[in-house]
Amino acid sequence: MTEPSPTGFAAAFPPRRGRTHEVQGPGAQVFAAVLAGVLDAPVLWVRPPRGLDPLHPPGLARFCDPSALLFAAAPNPTEVLAVAEEALRSGAVAAVIFEVTKPLTLTAGRRLQLAAEAGQSLGLALISEGLGSPAAETRWHCAPLLSPEDSTLWRWSLTKNKSGTIDSWDLRWDDETHRIAVVAASGGGPGPAGAPG
Amino acid sequence: MDRALRARPVEGPFALALRSGPAERLHDLTAAAEAQGLARGMALAEARALCPGLVVHPADPAGDARFLRGLARWLGRFSPRVALDGPDGLLLDLTGVAHLWGGEADWLTELRRALSRAGLGARLGLADTPGAAWALAHSGEGVAAPGATRAALAPLPVTALRLPPATTIPLQRLGLRQISDLLALPRAALGRRFGPEVGLALDRALGLLPEALAPLPEPPRFALRLTLPEPIGRVEDVMAGADRLLRPLCDRLAAAEAGARHLTLTLRRVDAAEHQVALRLAAPLRDPRRILPLFLRGIEAADAGFGIDQLRLAATGVEPLPATQLATRAAGTTPPEGALDDLITRLGTRIGLENIRRALPAESHIPARSFLIAPAALVPPAPRTGWAVARPRPVTLFAPEPVAAPARPAPPRNFRWRRRAFTTARATGPERIAPEWWLGEESWRGGLRDYWRIDTTTGPRLWLFFTPEAPGWFAEGEFA
Repeated sequence: MTEPSPTGFAAAFPPRRGRTHEVQGPGAQVFAAVLAGVLDAPVLWVRPPRGLDPLHPPGLARFCDPSALLFAAAPNPTEVLAVAEEALRSGAVAAVIFEVTKPLTLTAGRRLQLAAEAGQSLGLALISEGLGSPAAETRWHCAPLLSPEDSTLWRWSLTKNKSGTIDSWDLRWDDETHRIAVVAASGGGPGPAGAPG
Repeated sequence: MDRALRARPVEGPFALALRSGPAERLHDLTAAAEAQGLARGMALAEARALCPGLVVHPADPAGDARFLRGLARWLGRFSPRVALDGPDGLLLDLTGVAHLWGGEADWLTELRRALSRAGLGARLGLADTPGAAWALAHSGEGVAAPGATRAALAPLPVTALRLPPATTIPLQRLGLRQISDLLALPRAALGRRFGPEVGLALDRALGLLPEALAPLPEPPRFALRLTLPEPIGRVEDVMAGADRLLRPLCDRLAAAEAGARHLTLTLRRVDAAEHQVALRLAAPLRDPRRILPLFLRGIEAADAGFGIDQLRLAATGVEPLPATQLATRAAGTTPPEGALDDLITRLGTRIGLENIRRALPAESHIPARSFLIAPAALVPPAPRTGWAVARPRPVTLFAPEPVAAPARPAPPRNFRWRRRAFTTARATGPERIAPEWWLGEESWRGGLRDYWRIDTTTGPRLWLFFTPEAPGWFAEGEFA
């Protein structure tokens, strides 16, 4: 290989296509919005009847194009998974973000993983603590941090990674470049994030 | 004329005016107005001077043309062949129809009654040839018995011959006022003096020359039926049957440059029970290879019972879909065109098409009204520039929830929300938002709101507001 493969945060984000991933914590929706902005392609967001707090598209516009988001209102948690599987398998959207409100069984997780592989799209489950599936490629924990200056500051921790190391980063949103900027690696990893490997 | 009167009845003289060049002129008028000495083409100012009580409406020639086409379609019950004749006439071919109504006279009576019930005045002429019928209708009314066309035409004025005024006026100046005068003249001299049109018009009216009607085309019907000699029950067989119907249907749609939006596949079982598979598409479509797989889910859910012996496929919703140039595209780089629409359709059959939505920006400073959620199949996505916001907005927005904090305008140092305690680290604000009083929104009964962004020591950045007119703190959203 002539080019060095990305390491640190650049290696972990955005997560791999053709896989399903999970994100939990109070900043999960922001993680999904940032991911949708990075992909810059149509994204389907599947929501159960009583899921997370309703999204505010004008606020999302800071991180992604709200017009690229399609919202599917599923009538129950099982339909959320069925819709997500169908959308992942079709490959018509770059990513399917779905809110999981009851524990994902191994079968369900595996089916979603296979569907993502078939459609080469990215599945992202917004889960609550303990609802994850062993089939997920990575699992993130996202939470906002109090920022010393007036800006966003998040701690994104990779708590599970099937094809790499786990790590944790403190990040902030750069409004000028419309990118995520690593402030500091917050421990858990082998070295400073973004350092040339 | 009657179309305008039907929409708004007027007593007394009434006219429609149309602007032509510098002056408005009378386009059409009622008999009551004609009795006052008004005529078509008269300047409106002159007409008003002659008849001060005249009621005038603007004319709408395009609407009249639409109405005439609709009338022609409606008259399909009297004749299968209805043709338009100029801006204000219709020609009906009575061949082989009259006996269904008990003869030509009864047919005419029935037609006249139907028209008057619809509030339409009409002048009817009936004859062996279109030209003669036109002549009778335009010079009073009349019926020419079969074979008596020449006798019926003879007393009519030459203007009844569908000739331009440039031809009829010289004829009248020479004293040739009636068609009988023309018939008496040697044809060769007539042709030399007035050109061939007069002779041709005469021959057409008398039936010596054929005249073709151009009936309006039958509107295309997007429905097909397949009846089977033996009932079928397997899903593959029904799908094959649907495929046999779908291909000619899509050919018809392509010929009409249209695409189906709603499709209904009716499966009739041998016991006469019917099962309908409805398909609502996210975008108009006429590609059978794309539509057919979308039926699979509905057909699988259908109960075939003892077998299905008839399939009916109808495009109940049809929208224009012009042909587009095929784009050349590197294979495999992007999902094929329409993949997203197909996905929306497939998900729509599962959870309902109206449950696949997208957000649109809206013009309002009230946060909850600053965007709209609309079915994705009905509205195209908004451009990204439409989402520009003047001030930072939270990423989540929920119905205001009370916050346990002292009811003072200054942001609270400590507060409780959703059973959790928060300590304020930084407060940014206030941003005052006033209710849209002209809408009278229930949730804004509290009056003005002073919005604060509260950064808490534990991380969450909340959007709280204080209502000075009814003191209290509420949470409405969360920032990233």
